Amino acid sequence: MSPQELAEPVVPATADTRRRIPLWGFLKGHPQAAIGAAILVVFALVAILGPWLAPYGPREQVGPIFGTPSNPHPLGLDDAGIDILSLLIYGARITLIVGFAGALVAVVVGGTIGIVSGYFGGRIDNLLMRITDYFLVIPDLVLLIVVASIWGRSLRNIIIIIGLVYWTFMARLIRSQVKVVRERAYVKRAQALGASHVRIITRHVLPQVLPLILAQTVLMVALAIFLETAISFLGLGDPNAPSWGRMIENAFDRSAISYGAWWAIVPPGLAVAIVIMAFNMLGTAAEDALNPRLKVSHLLRRHFRMRPLPDREGPR
Amino acid sequence: MRAGWSSVGRRALFALITILVAISLNFVLFRLAPGDRTSALRCQGCTQEFKAQVRAEFGLDKSVPEQYLVYVKETATGNLGRSFVTQQPVLAELWKPIRNTIPMVLLGTLFAISLGLTLGVVSAWRRGTITDRASVWSGLLLYSLPTQWLALMLIFYAAGPLGLPTSDIADPYLAYENPGWWPELVDRLEHMVLPAATIGLVLFGEYTLITRSSMLESLGEDYILTARAKGLSNWQIVRRHALRNSLLPIVTLIFLSLGFILGGAILIETVFNYPGIGLQLYESVSERDYPMLQGGFLILTVSVILMNFIADVLYFRLDPRVTE
Repeated sequence: MSPQELAEPVVPATADTRRRIPLWGFLKGHPQAAIGAAILVVFALVAILGPWLAPYGPREQVGPIFGTPSNPHPLGLDDAGIDILSLLIYGARITLIVGFAGALVAVVVGGTIGIVSGYFGGRIDNLLMRITDYFLVIPDLVLLIVVASIWGRSLRNIIIIIGLVYWTFMARLIRSQVKVVRERAYVKRAQALGASHVRIITRHVLPQVLPLILAQTVLMVALAIFLETAISFLGLGDPNAPSWGRMIENAFDRSAISYGAWWAIVPPGLAVAIVIMAFNMLGTAAEDALNPRLKVSHLLRRHFRMRPLPDREGPR
Repeated sequence: MRAGWSSVGRRALFALITILVAISLNFVLFRLAPGDRTSALRCQGCTQEFKAQVRAEFGLDKSVPEQYLVYVKETATGNLGRSFVTQQPVLAELWKPIRNTIPMVLLGTLFAISLGLTLGVVSAWRRGTITDRASVWSGLLLYSLPTQWLALMLIFYAAGPLGLPTSDIADPYLAYENPGWWPELVDRLEHMVLPAATIGLVLFGEYTLITRSSMLESLGEDYILTARAKGLSNWQIVRRHALRNSLLPIVTLIFLSLGFILGGAILIETVFNYPGIGLQLYESVSERDYPMLQGGFLILTVSVILMNFIADVLYFRLDPRVTE
């Protein structure tokens, strides 16, 4: 069999076209993803239960400025005498909301453009991809500070800006996937039966690209959180929302460094790093599982012996 | 080869069009802000004369299409307006910080390339070993750290023991002593080490991971099997067959990221108070100095476009198979 034939799996023509995402099996097979997912569940619980978990309020002065870590305040106090552990717990909710919402905007915009572009092709595709190309070369951090400083500082604006910066990756990826799916026999058959574009897209194309969209969403959340800390650090974050990014900015701004108050800077940064890493672990594992071309398990350790690649695509 | 040159031409055309689009978007973006450039934009300390001058320069009393034409003309002749703060031409004001940023960014990139490439190659070669795991995890970790936070950590934990300065670009007192060029150069380099190290560490994670996966992909190709069948040593296979081919995406990546780092240095320069283009933009944001922001945004976008173009051209040069 030629590689091309192997690349196109024969889809059994059953009535049930819905594919279950085997989440449990996936996590069992990928310990990396399982660890990532476990970390995220913990952080999500903290975010949801925040007000009940936090020992103090997010604006409550409970001790001296930059109080050292001690028994009632295990992570110390910040520049206004606010308990850092409490701030961290409240910040989890805001950071995760911004991350998910920003990723969602990027995914919805990018996914729509990618599907329309890939499915219809031709002139629409050309036009949309030129626009995407343009957005891809804008330096994102610079665009972001320009837009944030013009629009003003609010959580909503930050979410929109994150979407504005990151939709391009999504559009590119989804487009190339849709182009592959579009050529499959069952899509052609549906077209021949006279199904409308909307029906073909929602019933045949979308279910095929959905797992990839999900994997990308997970990776996108990591990027969005990253960007939120950057925006906040540049003093363009929402002044009323104590996110982790704002905690770092606040500590830097109020010269925690000269006070030697490492406890004001280390915890929020570590929290961001752990969450981003967890999202990356989950996302890359999911991407590997869905996109076998990236899989490299055919290589034996230390030896360059290998098995043939059955999943190679045709010439690109 | 002819096909290659025509694609280079097409790329050049695309780069040119993109620059034009960037100029136009810049126009639209800053017109979205309320008020005209001198009133609502908090041009504090501007004299009436200066305001009138700015209005005249960009024809703010005219209609929007006319304003656009004036703006394009002014930009094409290199006039990006005048800073609200210093009231000097933007291009001249931006040139100095850019000159400060470039060596710092290059130093960091060099650090990341040498370390990331080595570690990536080694970990692909020794796949599954402890070395591989260690480099993958350190790469993943560094990839996940917020840039500004990493910079702060370096100030906390590296600056003291190493005796390195954590702020500014040069020792202000050194100039009075007039010690000659060598101590001055050393001083400059010392001030550059920590910001460059931050850039290097952030990029290093990325470069390691990408070199590794690119190498692994090359190592899975048929010609590696052929090379092995010919009885070449491991080292020869890695150097002459695998690395050569996997360098393609890496070189492209390096150039692509070079364009972005110039703008991405904002966070690092803010932490280290390093007077580069990033710090300049940061200050322009807090001072609401829109002409400077607009000019900086345009220059950085153009630099990314140019880097993309170079990356494309290099790709054609390095891989004769690519004809688009």
